[in-house]
Amino acid sequence: MPHHQLLSLYARQSGRYDEMLADAERLRPHWQPLFEALDASTPEQMRARQAFVTERIRENGTTYNVYADAQGTDRPWTLDPLPFILPADEWAQIDAAVAQRADLLDQVLADLYGPQNLIRSGALPAALVYGHNGFLWPCQGTRPPSGHFLHVYAADLARSPDGRWWVIADRTQVPSGAGYALENRLIVSRLFPELFRDLRVHHLADFFRHLQDSLARWAPVDRGETPFVVLLTPGPYNETYFEQSYLARYLGFPLVEGQDLTVRGDSVYLKTLAGLKRVHVILRRLDDDYADPLELRGESTLGVPGLVEAARAGRVLLANALGSGVLESAGLLAFLPKLAEHLLDEPLAMPAVASWWCGEAPALDYVVEHLAELVIKPAYPSQRLQPVFGRDLDARGRAHWAERLRHRPHAYVGQELVELSQAPVMPDSGSSPLDRRLVARAIGVRVYAVATPEGWRVMPGGLTRVSGSSDVDILSMQRGGSSKDTWVLSEVPVSQFSLLKGELGAGDIVRAGPEIASRTAENLFWLGRYAERVENSARLLRFACDRLNEEGEAAPGAAEPGEAALGGAGDDFLGEPGVLATAVGYCELFGLLPPAEDSSVARRLVDGALDDNGPASLATNLRRAVWAATQVRDRLSLDHWHSLNRLHDILRRQRPEASAPTDIATLPSTLDRVLLACISLSGFAMDEMMRDSGWRFLILGRRIERLQCRSRIVAHFLEACGGQPAGVDALLELADCAEAYRQRYLRTPDILPTLDLVVFDADNPHSVAFQTDMLLRYLDSLQREFAASPAGGNGIRAFRDAVAALNAFSLHDLETGRPGGGAMLQRCANCAGCNDLARLLRVVHDASATLSNRIAERFFTHVLPAARVLSA
Amino acid sequence: MRYHVLHATEYQYEQPVQTARHLLHLVPQPLPWQALERQSLRIEPEPTTHMRSADPFGNPVDRVEFAAPHDHLRVESELIVAVGDRPWLATASDGPAWERVRDALDYHAALLGEAEADAQRMRFESPGVRVKRELEEYAAPSFGAGRPVIDAARDLMRRIHAEFRYDPDATEVGTSVVEVLENKHGVCQDFAHLMIGCLRSRGLAARYVSGYLRTDPLPGQARMTGSDASHAWVAVFVPEAGWIEFDPTNDCLADERHIVLAWGRDFGDVSPLRGVIQGGGEHTLKVGVTVMPEGDGVKFTTDQSRGAA
Repeated sequence: MPHHQLLSLYARQSGRYDEMLADAERLRPHWQPLFEALDASTPEQMRARQAFVTERIRENGTTYNVYADAQGTDRPWTLDPLPFILPADEWAQIDAAVAQRADLLDQVLADLYGPQNLIRSGALPAALVYGHNGFLWPCQGTRPPSGHFLHVYAADLARSPDGRWWVIADRTQVPSGAGYALENRLIVSRLFPELFRDLRVHHLADFFRHLQDSLARWAPVDRGETPFVVLLTPGPYNETYFEQSYLARYLGFPLVEGQDLTVRGDSVYLKTLAGLKRVHVILRRLDDDYADPLELRGESTLGVPGLVEAARAGRVLLANALGSGVLESAGLLAFLPKLAEHLLDEPLAMPAVASWWCGEAPALDYVVEHLAELVIKPAYPSQRLQPVFGRDLDARGRAHWAERLRHRPHAYVGQELVELSQAPVMPDSGSSPLDRRLVARAIGVRVYAVATPEGWRVMPGGLTRVSGSSDVDILSMQRGGSSKDTWVLSEVPVSQFSLLKGELGAGDIVRAGPEIASRTAENLFWLGRYAERVENSARLLRFACDRLNEEGEAAPGAAEPGEAALGGAGDDFLGEPGVLATAVGYCELFGLLPPAEDSSVARRLVDGALDDNGPASLATNLRRAVWAATQVRDRLSLDHWHSLNRLHDILRRQRPEASAPTDIATLPSTLDRVLLACISLSGFAMDEMMRDSGWRFLILGRRIERLQCRSRIVAHFLEACGGQPAGVDALLELADCAEAYRQRYLRTPDILPTLDLVVFDADNPHSVAFQTDMLLRYLDSLQREFAASPAGGNGIRAFRDAVAALNAFSLHDLETGRPGGGAMLQRCANCAGCNDLARLLRVVHDASATLSNRIAERFFTHVLPAARVLSA
Repeated sequence: MRYHVLHATEYQYEQPVQTARHLLHLVPQPLPWQALERQSLRIEPEPTTHMRSADPFGNPVDRVEFAAPHDHLRVESELIVAVGDRPWLATASDGPAWERVRDALDYHAALLGEAEADAQRMRFESPGVRVKRELEEYAAPSFGAGRPVIDAARDLMRRIHAEFRYDPDATEVGTSVVEVLENKHGVCQDFAHLMIGCLRSRGLAARYVSGYLRTDPLPGQARMTGSDASHAWVAVFVPEAGWIEFDPTNDCLADERHIVLAWGRDFGDVSPLRGVIQGGGEHTLKVGVTVMPEGDGVKFTTDQSRGAA
């Protein structure tokens, strides 16, 4: 075995338990099948597995921080292709121990937020509770409707060199990572499908079903109500936002932020397009002190004012209860064995890593004396102290710490150093000589339990965390660690239940989507508007770039683009600088470019495209589109999300501050790619999304934006007396109608057919008329769905009137008075006709802006900006 | 002594407030030496819901909710309250050495008495009073070895009063204790927080007391700071004696001039009026407090300050 090629780099360490190797000669039996499968693999297969994992993770956008920020704080989740394997008998012990511990901690919470007998009796030091910033006094006396303070619990486990499992830490507030465990499973089980089946690996779905069922059963519903569960997230800036949105989708719970919810009376409601909908259960990923600015942290803008009150009234179930974070303290570990005897009348099934809380004099003495062998940890999270390893301290450092401990003993805990066990991982791909070698890394497992009316259920599996290098005992994804799928083997056939492919009957068929939150509709609306604005901006910029690249920087003296575009047609309508100036003028119309000042046109175009500090640059609009999309991430398919991110990437790679500044020559091809990505984005919007009311708002946003862009461009064209040849070309290109025109007329463009195509042809999806037709149609269906809306009524009527007036305009009116009867006209005497049409277009433009505001008032604005705390 | 207290708070909002929830700590805890004879609370506009209950420290708290738009909020609290002598004022001794009090409160894995269990709640850092090393250092001169706890606290109070300048414009509700210590000025809330932090840094239990102070502008005598505003001071736990109240703003023990409203770990637990509004834009706040000893007439002041002396 040791001579084996797979193991030629795999170092056994005497101080660690090896999960795979029993000794130098033998594999542990439960690793045998995996090892053989690996052994039978070619280097290509190994590489392919690695690549599959990388690809899946990238494609799923599984990142810590999904909001792809310019500073690049997002970092991909890393997953090792090899699972961590545990045999059935060993698992049985872990399962029982974790369930017991969850039960114990739940009872401790019930006491601390109830009679506090544990403190009075001396079983628990007051300091560890009242001194802990996670103990929330306003929640004292609350009794959850389920009787449980904990619903989801996670234990971080590690195995010591003698093979025993230990608890390293308890996660009682908002245990994270169960979604990653699921994600890892869906990837790794596909890497080794036969093995997964033959080994009889426990599925994870039952755990999540227990969570769904239990929350629904404990929901404090009034007669006739169906339990309504939501997942409360701190929002897309949170480092585990992806996981939250992934879990929400998997569990079928709406993902909501604090601003989606409101407390009225003593009940919690979700603000939806259709009105307020009562929420019975909140699966919480928002930290508890942020959950209610009225009674908890006043500066929080993420929470729901009145939530503590609603919980106190028993009208909403919070999983986990507010204040459950108080148990996350290394100090508590020392007291749990006694508490187990006291509360459960049985010994603790799994020991925790030996810990000494320095608030007790003998413990303090012991810790000071053994500082070199111990790790110092804070007793309270508010200390923000990273663990201090005694072995890394010199004599002076130890003296310093001894003094610090004696000074404020109750704030510190001494803990034994844990030598983590090690398991095989595949080295990073790219290092081809290593393709068939395994390396050893320290691991720990996070195991999850869920409260059910029948007792605690433990997820058969979990999140295995892997250290970043072979001799490091810190498991942290932030510090370069990785993760593994966790395979718990069964001796009997495993439950095949899956939440992914539930077999529903005819009675389960649902047509309408779930209630749409107002905030969701608002963000979809703005996603639509910004996506369309990006497309329009790209078209304008590309047109200007092309003109510039064709003719170079404008000759001196023709540098006043606005003037040339607006008034210069008569003087120099054939002169090339006029064409560039026209193009720049259109860009300026939309505020795309920075002020002229001393910048060259080239510089201004580059900045207008890429500078995301510009108030209305392409990059800024794209950033806003991505932001809006991030807010509704769970409503977009993965493909849809990816195409938006690809769009974002195109620009990010071209940033001016990037090492090679973008030069104007490459800008058009960048813009081409942007336009292509925009079109695929619009394809997703049109063809791929469910056409529920949320979708209608996305499309409303797109239509309003496109209508505004088109009507503005055409009005500008008309007012600028744009009847020059380049002007008509510009109009066709900017309105994305050039192809259509060529197909229809097979000749160089003339003004009247152009105006017909761009303004009046309702079959042309780029025309003004198409947008107004569609808008009126969607507005009708919104009105049918949500009944007549007093706020929206006036806006809609004014808009309808404006559209009717525009449609009544006849192009024949433009023809009369033109010399030569309307062929290619370079000068005409009919400014009145053009001005009339321009005015009608501006009225439609303004009416659509008003309409946009009315829609916001009617459907969104009960979602108000961040609440403020007042104190007197 | 009987008092008639009027405490009016008024917010004017620039834009209508859509919805709002407020917590009011305006009704006194019942105390052996303080009898509440009359109490009324007038709130305008009419709240959508209004509920009174006790907070975790035993203080009455009114919870009001407004579900309809409104452009102002006026809360008028009126009390008739009789204040007698604090029982501990008769205590002649200065109490045990402060270290003995500290050690007695430390964890001994033993059953706690009712009073000690109560004291534990006020012994540690709280959201408004972080216990920093600077506070311990500042307290040091008052906490010589073996000094009786009441004497030590009195000395600490005296020093705060002597070394810190009263300045209602220097700090805000959220000013941290360490900033107050650095800049050596503030209002009663800041001095109370500072003294609490110093006491807790020494392992003692100290709580924040919110209330009112009667001032006596007698001829020839200076008007005491804090007149006609809500006031705040500090109570220190002394075994056997109970909670002894110190007023660092005025360098005195609390007496029948000090009317207790509520106590907690710090201001945040017992803020007279705390709320979250949605909408509203800018706002103006007027707070007026009048404390009339028995026999006088009643009138309102319209103090523009934040209402904490």
